[in-house]
Amino acid sequence: MLERIWHILVKEFLQIRRDRWARFRLLVPPLLQVLVFGYAATFEVFGVATAVLDLDHSQESRALVAAFAHNPHFGIVRMAASQREAEAAIDDSSAAVAIVVHAGFAAALRKGQPAPLQVLVDGTNSNSALIALGYVGAIVDTYSQAYQNDLLGRINPKLARTLVQIRLDERPWYNTSLNSRWFFVPGVIATITLIMVVNLTAFAVVREREMGTLEQLMVTPIRPFELIVGKTIPFFCIGLALMTAVTLTGTLWFRVPFRGNPLVLLLGTSLYLLSTLSLGLTISTLCKTQQQAFATNFFLVNPLFILSGFSFPIASMPAFLQWLTYANPVRYFIVIIRAVFLKGVGVAVLAPQLLALAAIGAVLMGVATLRFRKSLD
Amino acid sequence: MSAMPSIPAIEVQALGKRFGDFAAVSNVSFAVERGEILGFLGPNGAGKSTVIRLLCGLLRPTSGRITVDGIDVGRDPEAVRRRIGYMSQKFSLYSDLSVLENLQFFGGVYGVPRQAIGERIQDALRMAGLAGHADTPVHALAGGWKQRLALGCAILHRPRVLVLDEPTSGVDPLSRRRFWDLIHDLAADGVTVLVSTHHMDEAEYCNRVALIDRGRIVALDTPANIRRRALDGELVEVRGTPLGRLLEALAAYPPVRDAAVFGNAVHALLARAADEAPALAAYLAGRGIGEVAVARIEPTLEDAFVRMIGRQAQGAGGAA
Repeated sequence: MLERIWHILVKEFLQIRRDRWARFRLLVPPLLQVLVFGYAATFEVFGVATAVLDLDHSQESRALVAAFAHNPHFGIVRMAASQREAEAAIDDSSAAVAIVVHAGFAAALRKGQPAPLQVLVDGTNSNSALIALGYVGAIVDTYSQAYQNDLLGRINPKLARTLVQIRLDERPWYNTSLNSRWFFVPGVIATITLIMVVNLTAFAVVREREMGTLEQLMVTPIRPFELIVGKTIPFFCIGLALMTAVTLTGTLWFRVPFRGNPLVLLLGTSLYLLSTLSLGLTISTLCKTQQQAFATNFFLVNPLFILSGFSFPIASMPAFLQWLTYANPVRYFIVIIRAVFLKGVGVAVLAPQLLALAAIGAVLMGVATLRFRKSLD
Repeated sequence: MSAMPSIPAIEVQALGKRFGDFAAVSNVSFAVERGEILGFLGPNGAGKSTVIRLLCGLLRPTSGRITVDGIDVGRDPEAVRRRIGYMSQKFSLYSDLSVLENLQFFGGVYGVPRQAIGERIQDALRMAGLAGHADTPVHALAGGWKQRLALGCAILHRPRVLVLDEPTSGVDPLSRRRFWDLIHDLAADGVTVLVSTHHMDEAEYCNRVALIDRGRIVALDTPANIRRRALDGELVEVRGTPLGRLLEALAAYPPVRDAAVFGNAVHALLARAADEAPALAAYLAGRGIGEVAVARIEPTLEDAFVRMIGRQAQGAGGAA
């Protein structure tokens, strides 16, 4: 049995070595993706193009506009002369945010009445819009707080000194500066590995089916189990190598901290690879041609990515989709890899995720083995 | 093995295979003796490949039983596979590997002992005429060479039974001839060969031929016997123009039992060719067919085959 598996392994590695294009595909796109994600993927919003319309022309309105002008999150691109001009700036996308100070703003403030401030936001990119609105809120809050204190100080200095305030003391753990890159890079490692391993495994088997060599193998004394082991070990090795290369890029180039034990990551990775390899094998039993395999992978990988908690919080999903995420190996590995990188926690803390991955891997491998036998009939 | 000389190399009993409602193989029985070459002859889709795939354990039969060397395929498929060398219809070696790497791989997975593998590979290279090409990548080989290499890979483990599914499709005639010489050498060494083909001329190389049509064995005999017995009468080759009208006229002429186009002539079946040929020629001339020529010919397997399949179709039509 071991002898036969060995011969399959030799053959697989020979084929991979022979295939220059495969080696390119194995190495370059994953590294490229990490670099692109590392540099480009950020939730932070800087220099939002902003149009300002000041119809009040007061000291107060100028101070408020100045607060926006000095904030790095906003860049004032236009001082509009009319409401129409401010709206046009949003329409033609030259500005993403328009701040309109209506006449009477200062008068209301001085009377101690609520002063309205109009903010127009381009909601086509709802994510950036929400983040920009958050910044607007923060600037306006700071401004109105300062104005209140100033007003109170002039009316009743004694009372102003005893004014109660809550001071927010932010302490984000593990990623103290809330660096997006630290958040993204480990997640990207998980998704790249998913895409590569599922693809490679599915294609390797489907190619043999398409070429007719699978049938030739099935009339040899090779058992389906041996063939599966022989076909998956090379991709397991490639998966590990890929993971190592991408992890090194993340830590050495992007300076994402690696606080945990590499062995914990190795264990998590092995279990993750088991489930992704099995997924690839299962796909290969459903597909007769490489085109079908490609389409099936495409169909599966996107939902797996979206339902992984990589960038969209699982807790905000409808209950049905939340249930689905429990069957998603990416979900668990994202937790593991982020925890090992940023928190440095060990096996004890990650036991639920590791066990879940092991269970998913075992079930999928069972399905793949059964389907593999059947698909020959 | 001398203890059980009576066991046929392959024995198939009442074999049936259904795919849903479609009966691909129905009630097929035959036995092949050691060292015999049995040919499967039949049109595409007749069920030749299905029987072969059932025999190798690639498909599970719906009914019936297959034994190879006395071993039941259903009960111990792996033991059977160790005794079978198989070449599928489609060329199925690894074209990105070299000749030697393919031989090493198949020798390895068939469990050829390490001390024997080197010699067997040399044998296979010599047999396939590939000596000196061990390091050539397989994709660079011509069709006939690939076919011989596939045969070389299939016999590395010295199988008692060789199963070849249309091994010569897409190979030039000279290479086909050479391939058949190899098959005969192997059979002479006691290897049992089951080979399917749709080349009628190749069937003449077989010891016995099974004609397969719509999942059934229509005839199973030596090529000579099939030729002789299939035709209930004597065969004449009728030439004349135009061919279409010639065929119509022959089909309408009661003494002609069967008529079919072969090349640019029609083969017609008569009860006694010598007595009826002159009348036939006169009849055709009267029907406005020019350049009529009638000649007695020996039936080929193809004649026999067409006649038998035709009878089957008529029988099936009458029953339905």
